[in-house]
Amino acid sequence: MTLAPSAGARRSPGPWRTAAGDLLRNRSALASAAVLLLVVLATVCAPLYADHIAHTDPFQSHVSGTTVVDGKTVPVLTPSSTGLGLGVTPIGPTWDPAHYFLGADNQGRDVMARLLYGGRTSLFIGFTAALLTCVLGTAVGVVAGYAGGVLDAVISRVLDVIWAFPVYLLAICLSVVLLTNGLKLGPLTVDAGSLWLPVAIIAAIYVPYIARPLRGQVLVLRNKEYIQAAVGSGAPTPRILRREVLPNVVPTALVFVPLMTALAMLTESALSFLSVGVQPPDASWGTIIEDGLGLLYTRPAVTIAPGLLIALTTAALNVLGDGVRDALDPGARLRGGV
Amino acid sequence: MTPQESVTVDEAAPPGEVLLRATDLTKHYPVRGRRQVLRAVDGVSLEVRGGETLGVVGESGCGKSTLGRCLVRLTELTGGRVEFDGQDISTLSNRRLRRVRPGMQLVFQDPQASLNPRRRAGDIVAEPLLVHRYGDKHAVRRKVGELFDVVGLAAAHLDRYPHEFSGGQRQRIGIARALATNPKLVVADEPVSALDVSIQAQVLNLFADLQEEFGLTYVFIAHDLGVVRHVSDRIAVMYLGGIVELAGTDALYAQPAHPYTQALLSAVPDIDDGTVGGERPRERIVLTGEVPSPADKPTGCPFRTRCPYVQELCAVERPPLTMTASGRHVACHYPLAG
Repeated sequence: MTLAPSAGARRSPGPWRTAAGDLLRNRSALASAAVLLLVVLATVCAPLYADHIAHTDPFQSHVSGTTVVDGKTVPVLTPSSTGLGLGVTPIGPTWDPAHYFLGADNQGRDVMARLLYGGRTSLFIGFTAALLTCVLGTAVGVVAGYAGGVLDAVISRVLDVIWAFPVYLLAICLSVVLLTNGLKLGPLTVDAGSLWLPVAIIAAIYVPYIARPLRGQVLVLRNKEYIQAAVGSGAPTPRILRREVLPNVVPTALVFVPLMTALAMLTESALSFLSVGVQPPDASWGTIIEDGLGLLYTRPAVTIAPGLLIALTTAALNVLGDGVRDALDPGARLRGGV
Repeated sequence: MTPQESVTVDEAAPPGEVLLRATDLTKHYPVRGRRQVLRAVDGVSLEVRGGETLGVVGESGCGKSTLGRCLVRLTELTGGRVEFDGQDISTLSNRRLRRVRPGMQLVFQDPQASLNPRRRAGDIVAEPLLVHRYGDKHAVRRKVGELFDVVGLAAAHLDRYPHEFSGGQRQRIGIARALATNPKLVVADEPVSALDVSIQAQVLNLFADLQEEFGLTYVFIAHDLGVVRHVSDRIAVMYLGGIVELAGTDALYAQPAHPYTQALLSAVPDIDDGTVGGERPRERIVLTGEVPSPADKPTGCPFRTRCPYVQELCAVERPPLTMTASGRHVACHYPLAG
């Protein structure tokens, strides 16, 4: 409960407001936030681009279609005489937003439209997986750290096992199994091919990366005298966790969100590139890179464009994450003032 | 104080019902990697009567803080029992213990660590009230205001964060929180040792005022003999997890019966030539050697390795805490005073 301020009292800015103020004064964090906002806006506007400018959608093949470049009608796909690919060379970047701005892939699909729609998928998976990891990791870490004893030992060993696997190996194994059968957990069913599968897989494999540091933090917190005071006042454990422990670990968990989003996006791209992430015909930046692999020598733009966007987005997320960490670092701030 | 007082029979037992009784209390901690245990508290029996202040003194590591936590069962006992207000609390289930907890509160040593840095002072004091469903928002708010008033804090401080207070003010918040549940017993664990000397006196006076106003019973733990003398009716001197002497404050200071008490008192710097209040000038007794580890205690009397008056019997038999003719309790084969 937050008590209403008494009349005439100076209400001190809380730690959240102070952190927000710090973040707003951090130029590089603001710049990266602006970049991210731009990327998100662009992907949100994907249907506008597809419907009203390019007049296509990301799934539509134009195998025998034609388009207009410099007033001349040219085929979207021309049979190739040399090189790799499916025996066709798609049209390259025209730099004309209405007609294959970034060219087509080897099925004659508009790369720009796929890039925008793929961005939606990549950002969605990255962010939801990161959020899910942070929530799960916080819950697991707090319970393990506070409970101690057998429960902590069991949870910690399970985390160790997950941690011990190379991330990609584990993700690929899980994906291969789940993508063939889908996921059935009691009442919860996720179809193979659903976007929630990569979200769940990526979230699960990164849980130890959040849970372990938070468990360590809670171990320290548990011995703080204010926790003992709460125990001594007769408060039940769930209340102590909610009122005393969580407010101290939530900032740390929040610091992980942007960094985890970047990591999850990279993982999603890698899995999709290896065909065990987002499943066709859905596009993500990873699948577009895979599509472009065969066209690397003739139409490098198909690969380079999503690659650049992944690099730009994850770099921006990392810079923003550093800013959030600087703003929220509880140690530095709360040690201030005698 | 007059010399006659020190020979009054049974002066050590003040009037009033026994509020807290510890019987053969032990707390052992396992030592990692070894078969020994650390005997932090090793067979302590004591009684605290309603309205009195029992001081507990001893050097660092003698187990006085552990004893304090055992008395309110903030740590599980290894053996023995604690009765509070006629009820054995050492075997109560957590659930029933929570109902007893409001009656016995702890004030902590470190006013920094005892307040949650992410909660406002008013919320910290309100928390025990909310746990025990004191009343609606306004009632709680009013009560918190009263508590702030009682401990000498301004209502304008309600919405500040702990780091905005001085050490003395923080300790006042801790005291207000302890008082919120209307306790009968307050165990104060070195409540002033982290404070400046000038602030110590104010906080000690606050303790005295509160005792008078609310009829509180204190167990006052300290390593500073001057501080305990100021507040205590009776004093228990601890050495290596056991009580070596328990006597009325005046008797103890006038004529220590245990060699360890004598050495402790002789270490208190006197302002004049050591004749404060008509006491005999004291000779400085410097103890040699280190305090033995509580994980590896000497046989017989725990103090024999450093005792200037050690005899053969001391190595063989551990002296029990026995009542002398004048009503004080001493654990020594050859007490220095009756």
